Amino acid sequence: MSAKTLFDKVWDDHVVIPESEDTPAVFYIDLHIVHEVTTPQAFNMLRENNWPVRRPDLVLATMDHSTPTVPVPNLDVLDDPAVSDPEPAGQIRQMIKNCDEFGIELHGFGSEHRGIVHVIGPEIGATQPGKTIVCGDSHSSTHGAFGAMGFGIGATMVGHVLATQCLLLRKPKSMAVNVTGTLKPGVSAKDIILALIGKIGVDGGTGHVIEYRGETIRGLNMEERMTICNMSIEAGARAGMVAPDDITFDYMKGREKAPQGADWDAAVERWKGLCTDDGASFDKVVDLDVSELEPQVTYGTNPAMVVPISKPVPNPAGNASHQKSIDYMQVAADKPMTGTKVDVVFVGSCTNSRMTDLRSVASMLDGKKVADSVRMMIVPGSETVKKQAEEEGLHEIYKAAGAEWREAGCSMCLGMNSDKLGKGQLCVSTSNRNFEGRQGPGGRTVLASPETAAASAIAGVIADPRDYI
Amino acid sequence: MEKITQLTSKTVVLAIDDVDTDQIVPARFLTTTQREGIGISLFADWRFDKEGNEISEFPLNAPDAKDCQILVAGRNFGCGSSREHAPWAIYDFGIRAVISSEIADIFRNNSLNNGLIPVIVDTETHQWLLDNPRAEVTVDVDATEIRLPDGKTVKFPIEPFARHCILEGIDQMGYLTQNLENIEAFEANRSWQP
Repeated sequence: MSAKTLFDKVWDDHVVIPESEDTPAVFYIDLHIVHEVTTPQAFNMLRENNWPVRRPDLVLATMDHSTPTVPVPNLDVLDDPAVSDPEPAGQIRQMIKNCDEFGIELHGFGSEHRGIVHVIGPEIGATQPGKTIVCGDSHSSTHGAFGAMGFGIGATMVGHVLATQCLLLRKPKSMAVNVTGTLKPGVSAKDIILALIGKIGVDGGTGHVIEYRGETIRGLNMEERMTICNMSIEAGARAGMVAPDDITFDYMKGREKAPQGADWDAAVERWKGLCTDDGASFDKVVDLDVSELEPQVTYGTNPAMVVPISKPVPNPAGNASHQKSIDYMQVAADKPMTGTKVDVVFVGSCTNSRMTDLRSVASMLDGKKVADSVRMMIVPGSETVKKQAEEEGLHEIYKAAGAEWREAGCSMCLGMNSDKLGKGQLCVSTSNRNFEGRQGPGGRTVLASPETAAASAIAGVIADPRDYI
Repeated sequence: MEKITQLTSKTVVLAIDDVDTDQIVPARFLTTTQREGIGISLFADWRFDKEGNEISEFPLNAPDAKDCQILVAGRNFGCGSSREHAPWAIYDFGIRAVISSEIADIFRNNSLNNGLIPVIVDTETHQWLLDNPRAEVTVDVDATEIRLPDGKTVKFPIEPFARHCILEGIDQMGYLTQNLENIEAFEANRSWQP
């Protein structure tokens, strides 16, 4: 038998009908995560055709994108214009109705498991090595941190999975990203993935599934691996994967949906085989040495427009798209981003809203004050993360520093709930997209690590976290 | 889905690289639970000023752009989020094909599922199209080629089954539902259960 990559193994394990020249593969999906934004049209399609949800037991449902990040003790509060606009409130109500009608368990308001789709899947143990996981959300690549194949799909394909538990797919190509070297203090997983996207570009991974490999990746905890896999899509990749190891198994053991008892032992044995065989080849290979890596900050309007924090913003040199970006961002070429005035700091999103991130931010804010001119929002990824952070007293540190500690959700990662940037405001954000207006019309986003976000909140300007640790 | 064999139209050109789906349909318009009428949100922050007036310099606002069924866009069009609202809005606006040298994966799949033809061409052809707005171009799905005004033809890649569905005007779901017995057998026979 020929040597296989991790991705080959997961792919082969899910082919119901192999692809032919004329037809794509019928490909089985083990876990379908659904939220309120990209499913209403899919449920409508099922309704029009009188189709049931074929495997409601393989659907994990929650609400995260449109939800406000203030307490929602009951749905009536959504009618308060200070809490929610009518449209997102309507979408939330529609989601409750759809899940009820189609027999899907919904982790809604009041559930300890409500939260961002890509935070709760791993948290409850539903995300497992070797699974195929989809969601109508491009950051489904996050789940690849467990050696699963997670990828984003559109609403039509959401309908396909709801109705048949399968998708029609052509097998993507494979790409190895070998990461070596030890990170210096103040540099974290977010800086690794931003540097990679800067190196290969926002289309460097198009058509490929990435496997992150190498000693640096092996040394990261699960939450750090999730941060890296999460942003695979920002390099255009279909998915990003890490082979599971003892760190993976230790993270998963005992979680609600993880196998228990003898099933656990059998599963671990199976999962141990989920690695790339010696001699297996990739369609593309990229090497990244992070031993001298600096904290990274974006300066433009896509995640590949990124620089080491001490280095100047590149000169557009006549490139119209580049010029348009830095004009929008109101940043000067040939000067570093440090010292740029900050209006808002956002810590949260499916990229950086887990305990590792929240602890790191707390350690930097402890005994310090957020600059008077800055609004700092800290938004946990899930109700469970919120509870854990509060048990550790992190919220007291945030509040003492003058930051807002809010309810779980996607919040200001994307401007579709009440948390939005104002026109012209600059936000240092731990999220994943710095597209024009992503956090609110006219808003300007600088992507960075939780550490850089915390340092910038204290300084009131974009600041190097290495000066604050 | 509407059947398309080929279409001939003048092009509207948006010469910007890496246009992401947050520009195509900004997130605040994703709160709809329907798919009809979403065309109004297409490029909302580039098409309209704060008062809701059309910005005349934006290429899609040109008076004769409304009749163009082919959008020629900069490299790596449709990157970012998986929102299917993006191809819905483009289609709703009246566009039936998008030509670029590179189109992002999820957007490309979503387009094919809605009868919007994603056409990827070589960089030389792409540059010519970017430089020549309103060129009359034929996108031939059946022959998997585009024809330029000088008679030159350029082949483009399209997934054969998606092409079949577009030519027939059928949804890909049919093939999946035909295979329900195979799906059941797969579930019954696999070595582990999710």
